[in-house]
Amino acid sequence: MSNAGWIETCRADEIDEEDVLRFDHGSLTLAIYRSADGKYYATDGLCTHEQVHLADGLVMGDIIECPMHNGRFDYRTGEAKGAPVCVNLKTYPVKVEGGRVLVQIG
Amino acid sequence: MRDYSLTGPENAAARAKGLASAEWYRCAIPRKRMKELMQRRDGPAIRDTITWFAAIIGSGALLYLAWGTWWAVPAFLLYSVIYAGPSDSRWHECGHGTAFKTRWMNDVLYQIASFMVVREPTSWRWSHARHHTDTIIVGRDPEIAATRPPSFLTLALNALHIKNTIAELRRVVLHSLGRMTEAEKDYIPESEYPKVFRAARAWLAVYLAVIAACFAMGSVMPLFFIGLPSLFGAWLHLFFGLTQHAGLAEDTLDHRLNSRTVYMNPVFRFMYWNMNYHIEHHMFPMVPYHALPALHEAIKADTPPPYPSCWAAYREIIPTLLRQAKDPTYFVRRPLPGAQLEPSTSFAAAPAA
Repeated sequence: MSNAGWIETCRADEIDEEDVLRFDHGSLTLAIYRSADGKYYATDGLCTHEQVHLADGLVMGDIIECPMHNGRFDYRTGEAKGAPVCVNLKTYPVKVEGGRVLVQIG
Repeated sequence: MRDYSLTGPENAAARAKGLASAEWYRCAIPRKRMKELMQRRDGPAIRDTITWFAAIIGSGALLYLAWGTWWAVPAFLLYSVIYAGPSDSRWHECGHGTAFKTRWMNDVLYQIASFMVVREPTSWRWSHARHHTDTIIVGRDPEIAATRPPSFLTLALNALHIKNTIAELRRVVLHSLGRMTEAEKDYIPESEYPKVFRAARAWLAVYLAVIAACFAMGSVMPLFFIGLPSLFGAWLHLFFGLTQHAGLAEDTLDHRLNSRTVYMNPVFRFMYWNMNYHIEHHMFPMVPYHALPALHEAIKADTPPPYPSCWAAYREIIPTLLRQAKDPTYFVRRPLPGAQLEPSTSFAAAPAA
């Protein structure tokens, strides 16, 4: 697989299971998730309701909850799960290589 | 006097100054500790809800038994304060979705408490979201209770929830006709309008049912169980609520400067669901009420000294409001500690080459 558009983010073991980490790349802010079954996902890092960092929120199952207004998204698909969030999150392909989490942003 | 409406010039001015949807100061807490504090539980809120409704039923039974005697007056006042006082904090915590771990429990109690405190559930959910985004930012925050200068008439009327109730009933009628106010259009997305209209029509149906019950029984007694208690018990949530922000700074991006943490006794903390830890609540709104005392311990070195009692808070609030009546530029400047806690709530690293 080509590595075009992929960026290296954090070490895979830097994220606890059922948790999220913030990663900034230039002006782009990502939220990188590790699910309870050890899979990795990435979405835009800011809530679509207000500009709040999701990485300060709480991961519960497949849901990331915004730390400010209780906005909830399915971080696997980016789907907004109800008020106050009405716009889905953008998601990014993720892979783990050599113990590092890579995210395709391009 | 500044224009506190959301449709006036202060809204654009706040946005131009970078005060709208801005980044706020947050005390540093290790991520692991914050995750522990944010964990949801059902147990405390189930226990507290059973206790609260048992107290409502008990005091309601006293009112029923005393009906027709003068004892009905104190019984009604007791019932009202138990009915309406905690309904504000239950509305609030369930609106944040943090009171219970189980989502439907939050939703059910939110709907019930919204009715009891006379706040339309969908409108106020969005209003409160804005209050958290733009806390005490003039022209942006729809929930500023004490303006500068303060309106003592409004505060007095709201001790009996009169002004709020009149405004809310007007909105219920408006919403039941399928219309929104201009201010609401500033903070409620259009996709939410149908929910607003449905709730307004449900409320009207309940009010009509209570009035019909009065006619059917040939007595006003039903109104003294549903309706009037929302007015006569409102003084308690106003008493708690004014401690939150009254007299403090406007247009700042630091909750330590515009919010108060006040130590309260266990009965008040039960009624108020720990919202006396108000700096903590605003800085980290997803921490459930039952974890706020622990959050307070975690960040108190980086916050102004808490007020030791309601008495201490009101010894500051009342003279401040009186002074602001003459000098609207005056406000209480809270001291910020120099000490910082250990850093990092989030991870940010340079991208790999």
